[in-house]
Amino acid sequence: MEMIRARELVYEYEQRDDEGNVVGMNRALDEVGLDVRQGQFVAILGHNGSGKSTLAKHMNAILVPSGGTMWVNGRDTRDSGELVNVRRSAGMVFQNPDNQIIGTVVEEDVGFGPENLGVPTGEIWRRVEDGLRAVGMIEYRAHSPNKLSGGQKQRVAIAGVLAMEPECIVLDEPTAMLDPVGRKEVLRTVQELRKRKNVTVILITHYMEEAIDADAIYVMEGGRVVMQGTPREIFGRVDELKRYRLDVPQVTMLAEELRRRGLDVPRGILRREELVEAICRLS
Amino acid sequence: MSIKLEHVNYVYGAGTAYEKQALRDVSLEIPQGQFVGIIGHTGSGKSTLIQHLNGLVKADSGAVYFNGENIYVDGYDMKGLRGQVGLVFQYPEYQLFEEDVLSDVCFGPKNQGLPKEECEKRAREALELVGFPEKYYHQSPFELSGGQKRRAAIAGVLAMKPKVLVLDEPTAGLDPAGRDDILDQVKYLHDQTGMTVVLVSHSMEDVARYVQRIIVMNKGEKMLDGTPKEVFAHYKELEAVGLAAPQVTYVMHDLKARGIRVETMVTTVEEAAAEILRVLKA
Repeated sequence: MEMIRARELVYEYEQRDDEGNVVGMNRALDEVGLDVRQGQFVAILGHNGSGKSTLAKHMNAILVPSGGTMWVNGRDTRDSGELVNVRRSAGMVFQNPDNQIIGTVVEEDVGFGPENLGVPTGEIWRRVEDGLRAVGMIEYRAHSPNKLSGGQKQRVAIAGVLAMEPECIVLDEPTAMLDPVGRKEVLRTVQELRKRKNVTVILITHYMEEAIDADAIYVMEGGRVVMQGTPREIFGRVDELKRYRLDVPQVTMLAEELRRRGLDVPRGILRREELVEAICRLS
Repeated sequence: MSIKLEHVNYVYGAGTAYEKQALRDVSLEIPQGQFVGIIGHTGSGKSTLIQHLNGLVKADSGAVYFNGENIYVDGYDMKGLRGQVGLVFQYPEYQLFEEDVLSDVCFGPKNQGLPKEECEKRAREALELVGFPEKYYHQSPFELSGGQKRRAAIAGVLAMKPKVLVLDEPTAGLDPAGRDDILDQVKYLHDQTGMTVVLVSHSMEDVARYVQRIIVMNKGEKMLDGTPKEVFAHYKELEAVGLAAPQVTYVMHDLKARGIRVETMVTTVEEAAAEILRVLKA
């Protein structure tokens, strides 16, 4: 079953001058094709302005295509009658937590989503607890979100989406403000949810390390998909990634540097253990 | 122009249910010209600490000295201090507001009461220092890319000619090349001007690559203070408080555990590659 499917997806918007007159069109997405099966973990990489976030916003119909088609859980996002179903299927977590927190108390904020979906009260409380526990924020349940740090707020925002138990979670740079353990915690949370409930995960990130466990990686540039493959295939192409203003995980970089200096280590090494193993074989 | 903190304590929301000791008995000295990194997990007191450096937040007890003078004495020139210690907040591009980039960067020196020509001269110098392209000087700051906006915002602080530049996570939300660009530029600034730079960061890899000294904050206290090599040797303690060493440091520890006699005090890709080759060829 395809959770997210895009065919020849185009998104254009008008460019206006100071007086508001249309002076041209900008094409933010240019014939994008994407296939994500239920339960898959797909990472989308690309530099600032490459079209990643615009693509993400099509996944729960915040934006609808100017051309081509986007299906979410089999539903055409341009069909306004399906809007509620599309949004129920795909929950979004954005980069800036300040724009997505509305409650005056943490648990109230997390409960807002399921309450809106008409979930019975007892069930809402269970989900609020589950969500907050999953992001390690349960002891802050009675706090005011205003008093939390940026990273803590982001975890609350993620708990809020988890509480809606969507089939697909789209995360748009969710860890940009977190410390290393906070980052790991959020990613582990998302992965567990995926294993336990077969939730589909789409992760947009600037941290290459976060993409190494993905089933597939898409690289975007100028609104187009320019690279597509498994993490090993993508991160094996260091020079190409650098051209797209991207990078590779530090371990991959070290392996590449050793190769460049004549050591016989394989291409596309992603994990510490693999590199250690490869070096031990040489000694 | 050193900055010195002596036994600084600071409590948020004293007497309310949210009371929290944000800084606890923090003492440290940053000499002129040092490139310092501050790391710590979310809520460890990093941001509160840097707001003490230019008197934006006043300690409940303890003292802060700038250039040997106690900044808490009556009649101390706080406005002057803020010109000398420039603070660039997180996502500084949200603070851009003028009609064009050049006027935005002029705002700081204008506020310091400098004549128009001097403001513009400084603005141009600052924009050049951060590598901001001249063709965009008269564009609205809102039409710039993320990386350019951030450069413009940093230039706005540099135009005040601070002796100390404090940056709170200047690379948050930028793509990898954008991160390298900004940090290379900051390093260039540091090397060119001899300015003190204090960099708050969540990226251990970045900190390891650029700074001379790392201060680790935990629960409002200064937990570690030393060179990157010294600090990252404590990787287990760092993990216990929500931090980590750079990935390459772990690779070296793993190799050593497997019987390969590498030096583990390594924090960058270049050092790691050189050390592995040295041992394998021996």
